Amino acid sequence: MSYNLTYKPFGERAILIEWPNKIEDDILHDILGFKEKLFKLLIKELLYVNHAYNSLIVFYKNKIPDFEAKKSTINKIYIDKNDDVSLSVIKWVIPVCYDDIFGLDLTELSIEKDLSKAEVIQLHSEAVYKIYFIGFLPGFLYLGGLNEKLFTPRKATPRLRVEKGAVAIGGNQTGVYPVASPGGWNVIGNSPVSFFNLNNDKPCFAQPGDFIKFKPVSLKEYNDIKILCEAGVYELESEVIHG
Amino acid sequence: MVRVLKPGFYSSIQDFGRVSFQHYGVPCAGVMDRYSAGMANVILGNPPDLAVLEMTITGASLQFECETIICLSGANLSPKINDDEISLNKPIEVKVNDVLSFGKLLSGVRCYVAVLNGFQTEKVLGSFSMYKGVTNNHLLSKNDVLNITLKNSFIVNKYASVKLNNQYLESEVVEVFKGPEFDLLMPSQQDDLRSNQFTVSKNNSRMAYQLEERLENNLSPIITSPVLPGTVQLTPSGQLIVLMRDCQTTGGYPRVLQLTESSIDVMAQKFTGDLFTFELLDEVG
Repeated sequence: MSYNLTYKPFGERAILIEWPNKIEDDILHDILGFKEKLFKLLIKELLYVNHAYNSLIVFYKNKIPDFEAKKSTINKIYIDKNDDVSLSVIKWVIPVCYDDIFGLDLTELSIEKDLSKAEVIQLHSEAVYKIYFIGFLPGFLYLGGLNEKLFTPRKATPRLRVEKGAVAIGGNQTGVYPVASPGGWNVIGNSPVSFFNLNNDKPCFAQPGDFIKFKPVSLKEYNDIKILCEAGVYELESEVIHG
Repeated sequence: MVRVLKPGFYSSIQDFGRVSFQHYGVPCAGVMDRYSAGMANVILGNPPDLAVLEMTITGASLQFECETIICLSGANLSPKINDDEISLNKPIEVKVNDVLSFGKLLSGVRCYVAVLNGFQTEKVLGSFSMYKGVTNNHLLSKNDVLNITLKNSFIVNKYASVKLNNQYLESEVVEVFKGPEFDLLMPSQQDDLRSNQFTVSKNNSRMAYQLEERLENNLSPIITSPVLPGTVQLTPSGQLIVLMRDCQTTGGYPRVLQLTESSIDVMAQKFTGDLFTFELLDEVG
């Protein structure tokens, strides 16, 4: 499937490419396929390519002398793209402790949603989330797939400090804070896993297109896993899914 | 080695940043004013993007534990070696135990110190630029020791100095292009952006400069999308935010303007209360 893309200059060296104004798996896959192709064909000219839900930025090493010419080069690459790119992706199982000690907003959220805490945990951990992109903070995964029953507005006053590993819900999104940071999302648990680790060849284990599933663990299991993570020997449960 | 006797208000080691790790959510970071930092390096015969010391508003106090040649550029913070005043934009030889210190701020906001071959502090993801959560330190602290290489036989022409155009330190014009959402603004809002004067608020940092004046706003937030240093965002309350070098990689506010790359340098030399206007340039290309 091909979309009608919009191309806009973004400063002197970048072009912003936009897909329809929606968050959808098909758009993500179209972006990932196009991004891969741009990388291969234009690697020498580009500083980087990065994407979000429905947009892709193509950042050149040099100033763009003729926007229209670059635009038609890129669009030709888009139209020529083979649609049969099948990417293998990985489903990562992320342990989360939903104990009250971490889930600072779990009680309030469950009352607001007229659900028991167990139901909130069940709805949050049974879903399989798709990783759309990484942004906001180093290693922060933007996930799609939160159950509508858990949609909760961001807190009116953001917390000055949300702990590293905090698992939280903001609007129609859920995510894990990779480092301590100010934040306005509703915190329901914490994961002992590091989402951004500079000691690894790839600082983030997961990439866009992969899946995340949360697995509830007890406080004791959490502490055990945390020790293994800090020692750098915890192996995440994962499963390769062929596209 | 260089020992930090006093760190100053906000001092860090920066090069031109880590550009290729945006897909991990890692900000570019890097020197706020590339022109000044590049100039300080080039005068020493360094490539423009070597790691320099960036100081903000107040200078650091540094003791050199080896001989080297340094060059200062950007804001004039009344620099001295021991008790002698020194010039900006000139190679300066320093000897063992010399102390570089600073006094009154005379112009600009950010001053750069380049050393022969650059500062060699912790390098992460291809860059020396300090950033919280990426490098171990994000600011210099008292008694930090900064690694530099010993002066080699490299000969610097002591009389090499560059006639600089320093006007950008005081410029009240910030050149911009339309941002991706500019055309969604009403003509009256577009006119306001073009003709009004704006003031840098007290909320200005390496991450972003918030402006005092508000712009009437009826645009909805956008689906989270990439942003760049120099992107001007418009929040639902009508606040304008100019993103700077430490900005996040993506954002959800409409991007109404985009500063030219040289205007990011101009903005980097502005501080609380400084006034400016945006000058909208024709479309790129």
